[in-house]
Amino acid sequence: MSIWEYANPKKFIATTTPLVPWVMGLAIACLVVGLVWGFFFTPDDFRQGSTVKIIYLHVPSALMAINAWFMMLITSLIWLVRRHHVSALAARAAAPIGIVMTLIALITGAIWGQPMWGTWWAWDPRLTSFLILFLFYLGYIALWEAIEDPDTAADLTSVLCIVGSVFAVLSRYAVNFWNQGLHQGTSVPVATGERTVSDVFFVPLVICMVGFGVLFLGLVLIRTQTEIRARRMKALEARMRS
Amino acid sequence: MIALLRRDLALAVRAGGGFGLGLAFFLIVVVLVPFGVGPEAELLTRIAPGILWVAALLAALLSLDRIFALDFEDGSLPLLATSPLPLEGVALVKGIAHWVTTGLPLTLAAPVLGFLLNLAPSAYLWLLLSLALGTPALSMIGTFGAALTVGLRRGGLLMSLLVLPLYIPTLIFGAEAVRRGADGLDPSTSLLMLAGITLGSFALLPFAASLALRVNLR
Repeated sequence: MSIWEYANPKKFIATTTPLVPWVMGLAIACLVVGLVWGFFFTPDDFRQGSTVKIIYLHVPSALMAINAWFMMLITSLIWLVRRHHVSALAARAAAPIGIVMTLIALITGAIWGQPMWGTWWAWDPRLTSFLILFLFYLGYIALWEAIEDPDTAADLTSVLCIVGSVFAVLSRYAVNFWNQGLHQGTSVPVATGERTVSDVFFVPLVICMVGFGVLFLGLVLIRTQTEIRARRMKALEARMRS
Repeated sequence: MIALLRRDLALAVRAGGGFGLGLAFFLIVVVLVPFGVGPEAELLTRIAPGILWVAALLAALLSLDRIFALDFEDGSLPLLATSPLPLEGVALVKGIAHWVTTGLPLTLAAPVLGFLLNLAPSAYLWLLLSLALGTPALSMIGTFGAALTVGLRRGGLLMSLLVLPLYIPTLIFGAEAVRRGADGLDPSTSLLMLAGITLGSFALLPFAASLALRVNLR
């Protein structure tokens, strides 16, 4: 028994199909509890008023936007090393979710920034690096779409993902060097354990972050299954034609 | 490797087109900018470092799809892949050849175009230096992009989409170096970072490019 057994598409589908309703149920429960608690049962911030509540969408989506790319990096590496098709398909499945998370983070950020900073957009390091991340996702998805042969596409996108990761990190630091900005530092630093968000806001925020994480997991599972089935259908069609 | 480099350079020079085209493009972009933003000298002085860098970057981008496409079409790329020279070496040489045919002329032409944009006098040296340090990275990153998209029919546009985000760090440090030079500040941090990106690209990207080439030739 090893984790690589799930690299078998059949086994993967058989195992994940009963899991999906539970995962999605948990995601919906977390999001409903977190968002309702966050939106209606937390006090307004004394300076930001009720706009502070955008945090419950903004921070979790930003978190997942980065982690989705990270997951794609890992699955790409697994594909290149061990040639498991499920791994490549999971990377493909995660990309559109990642780009949507990036967009949510950017848009909620703009909506939040307008009343707080008086501007929809600023060339701030954090904002800029998210825009760059968005471009990376765009290129990655475009490369997947452009190549017909699935194995070639998986190989090339994996290489792009790895090189892109290096340059994305590089861009992050370059952008920091380029401009000091409006955006505050991280509110929930994992390493130090200190945080600048008070407990009233923090608990629902954590629930929302968990909810977004589980939602991402559920969506990736569903989309990976879809990709596997689409691949099977193509194989069947090819067999019927021949 | 030397023979391949010579061949590529000879092809680039004799085929015309690509060699001068990048330079012409560079010139045209720089000429267009004053029409777009107006002819005030102070404004041009302020934006000149950035414009020169962006224009050089776009000019380098323009000729990227020629790196592998011609060899792929006439079948010499599979020959190169089966030659005793490792494919990583081929990718490296292709990157160097691209730099010699586009990056180097762009670097040398940039100060002349700097006059057109009223670049601050103290910035010329740094413009030359930053382009000389930074354009090799552009060529090598571009070689990787070209290797990724070599098998595609409409690869050019897709390649720009893939390559441009990878150019961002180089652009930031390059333009920053010139800007600091123009303001009389010390640009050495940016230049060091630029050199680091270039050396890093030359050390690592040939491997990624050759991996992509192998996949595309499979």
